[in-house]
Amino acid sequence: MTQESLISTHGLGKSYPGVKALDRVDFDLRAGEVHVLFGENGAGKSTLISLLAGANTPTEGEIRMRGQPVTITSVADAQALGIFTVFQEFSLIPTMSVAANIFLGREPRIGPFIDHRTMRREAARMLADRGFSMDPAVTVAQLPRAQQQMVEIAKAFHGDLSVLILDEPTASLSDREVDNLFEFILRMKEAGLGIIYISHRINEFARIADRVTVLRDGAKIDTVEMAETSEAKLIEMMAGRAITDIYPEIAHNPGETVLEVENLHAWGVHGVDLEVRRGEILGMAGLVGAGKSRLFRAIMGINAIEGGQVRFMGCDITGQSTRRVIEAGLIYLTSDRKHEGLSLAAPATENVAIDLMMGTCGKGPIVQRTKVRREMARIFDHVEFPERYRARAIAQLSGGNQQKVLFAKSFCHGSELYIFDEPTVGVDMGTRAALYRLIGELAEAGKAVVVISSDLPEVMNLSHRVVVMAGGVVSAELEGQGINESDILQHFFKETGATT
Amino acid sequence: MTTTPAKASFSPLGFLRAIFLRVGVLPFFLAAALVIFSLTSQAFLTTQNLMNVGRQSVYLILVSMGQMLVLISGGFDLSVGMVIALSSVVSAMTMVALLPMFPDAVWMVIALGALAGFAVAAIVGAINGVGVAIFGVSPFIMTLGVASAGAGLALFLTGGVPVSNLPFVFGDTFGFGRVWNIPVPVLIALLCIALMWAYMAATRPGAQIYAVGGNIKAANLSGIDTRRTLIRVYVLCALMAGLTGLLLTARVETGDANMGSSMALESIAACVIAGVSLRGGIGRVENVVLGGFFIILVQNGMNLAQVSSYMQMVLLGLLLILAVIFDQMRYRMIMGHR
Repeated sequence: MTQESLISTHGLGKSYPGVKALDRVDFDLRAGEVHVLFGENGAGKSTLISLLAGANTPTEGEIRMRGQPVTITSVADAQALGIFTVFQEFSLIPTMSVAANIFLGREPRIGPFIDHRTMRREAARMLADRGFSMDPAVTVAQLPRAQQQMVEIAKAFHGDLSVLILDEPTASLSDREVDNLFEFILRMKEAGLGIIYISHRINEFARIADRVTVLRDGAKIDTVEMAETSEAKLIEMMAGRAITDIYPEIAHNPGETVLEVENLHAWGVHGVDLEVRRGEILGMAGLVGAGKSRLFRAIMGINAIEGGQVRFMGCDITGQSTRRVIEAGLIYLTSDRKHEGLSLAAPATENVAIDLMMGTCGKGPIVQRTKVRREMARIFDHVEFPERYRARAIAQLSGGNQQKVLFAKSFCHGSELYIFDEPTVGVDMGTRAALYRLIGELAEAGKAVVVISSDLPEVMNLSHRVVVMAGGVVSAELEGQGINESDILQHFFKETGATT
Repeated sequence: MTTTPAKASFSPLGFLRAIFLRVGVLPFFLAAALVIFSLTSQAFLTTQNLMNVGRQSVYLILVSMGQMLVLISGGFDLSVGMVIALSSVVSAMTMVALLPMFPDAVWMVIALGALAGFAVAAIVGAINGVGVAIFGVSPFIMTLGVASAGAGLALFLTGGVPVSNLPFVFGDTFGFGRVWNIPVPVLIALLCIALMWAYMAATRPGAQIYAVGGNIKAANLSGIDTRRTLIRVYVLCALMAGLTGLLLTARVETGDANMGSSMALESIAACVIAGVSLRGGIGRVENVVLGGFFIILVQNGMNLAQVSSYMQMVLLGLLLILAVIFDQMRYRMIMGHR
């Protein structure tokens, strides 16, 4: 391993009025290494990379590139230095083609006109070089998220790239897509690139990381060689305490069947039969796009139902509006809290108040203020959402706290069936443990619970029963001892299969 | 971000910042207007003149409260001016047509005329609402198209000629009447302000409007019927404009198809200056009332300072843009540093 650092920071800090987001951090990245940044939400990881990427400017300290001090004041500066960042939110234009996105702002031309043929051919070659298989003429909006990410990465390989920053690249990828990404990362590493990798998924680190830097409360705790540490040690460094097990023990007392789905057809769902029982957590596993989320979005009345039947506690709720389905006793927590879960400019209290008014505190047209206030305090305490954040705008909260607000909203309707779609996306380890406890308590209180997740350990550890979907149909149903990684994975790619 | 709470010491700048975040740019504009216009004219800062401004601002305040509902829901309504004209024309024509038939039942004639005015306003609002909520037409195009269609209809109905010979008591009561020495239009406006405040602050339908404007998809997942909420918002907005049309008709004692042509711009300006966000989800009734008052105050001050009416249009447009720029800044501050 070369010891000379590619990029390094020296006493780098960023403070806002009253807030120290990053506190004098020394960090270095070598050529040909994957350096993981690890820490809870709000630990300073995002701030650090935003400084390296030029999205923010530091208030103290300096950045050196191959030993030479540099100033990075814009994303263009960073890219000119060969630093490219793939943020969680992509910088792609969804209405344009893959090729047009890759060549955005540097299109090949014939005279004043864009040379579409060359552009498409070059894009195809670039994608193939990276081992990505996709048609460069297709519109970005039509691609699944994993492929959009590949386009975003392909965009980086103009000019001479030396530092690639990946911000939670696996957050919404399925395991096979993660494998592809890792293969790509290893190839880039061998080519001499330095890669900064941010992730909450600690079980990934052993596979790709050379070194790990742990941040907490804006400060660096330590940088360690991955080979000389363990997951438990890293978690302890991150949290400042030992976290023994984030998955709770959840009692299994299956009761009556509340939800019956019969031969359901909808967008991306091709004939699904399913039962959900009280006192049990049903895990929905499968690749992104397998239909596990779309199935429940159709049941909730978000997507149209094209055929089949849905019964809930004896009532036919097939094709009802979302409002009716919620009134019937189902509640759905979206996987996309920013775009369809929360009102970002409004304070947490207002976000939850509206659910209370629609739910348990909603009688008559007049708002029952005292009742709403009392219930809200109880629910916020229940989800362990800190009092000091309650009047804050959602946009200013960390991912973990935003998710707690989303949970709080779902507890306002007195529902009987809770559907959690990717309940811990972009959520730190400490909060995850708290959210898992809440999910477990629901099942133990006799509610029916569904957990839809692309995170395999999450599904396996929480669920009493796992339904695997592939290509819009159920490919397997596993229970108790049958729930293990290899069995679930085996059914990920099977389009049709007998239910075991 | 790591957050260490800011030190709780009082600073004037921090205080102004807090006001800006909470109320918006209006207090600063209002203070500036009061200072500038009392310097340019002796007659400006007199009780008489300010009472006058208060009375004149009734109409804009009513329209602005309706506009506020639509803005909070995340849209806007460019057809309010047309609704004023159409309800004016329709109610006036109804009264003029019915009066010879029932010469002894003047109040019934007035009631039926008003009913016709409200009905046509409600229909226009429902068309706007259905277009936006069911067919997904952007509010800009929907209300612009409806504004053109309605204005054409009002001109077609009257042939461009103002409708006169309204029942005398109509204008005498709703235009110039006084109860307890307070002008009737002011009383009606006060009642509407109180109702609107209660609606937005203390009822579930009001809270639903904020939720839909804040994030319509999230509102749907909270069990709100977002379509019905949007339609209701456009109907209520049109009804407020219809009421304004009736009051203005009583004031000028004619039904006029050219009435209210500047109301769309002025009502949006009043709302935005009063801190109603163009992105939806944010806005308060009491501030919008002050916003409407502010616009009329500025016009009054400019009149007293003998600024030409053409120049006034220029200034009003610039003021609106300035207010939107401040709205952007405020939104960014609410969302954190980004």
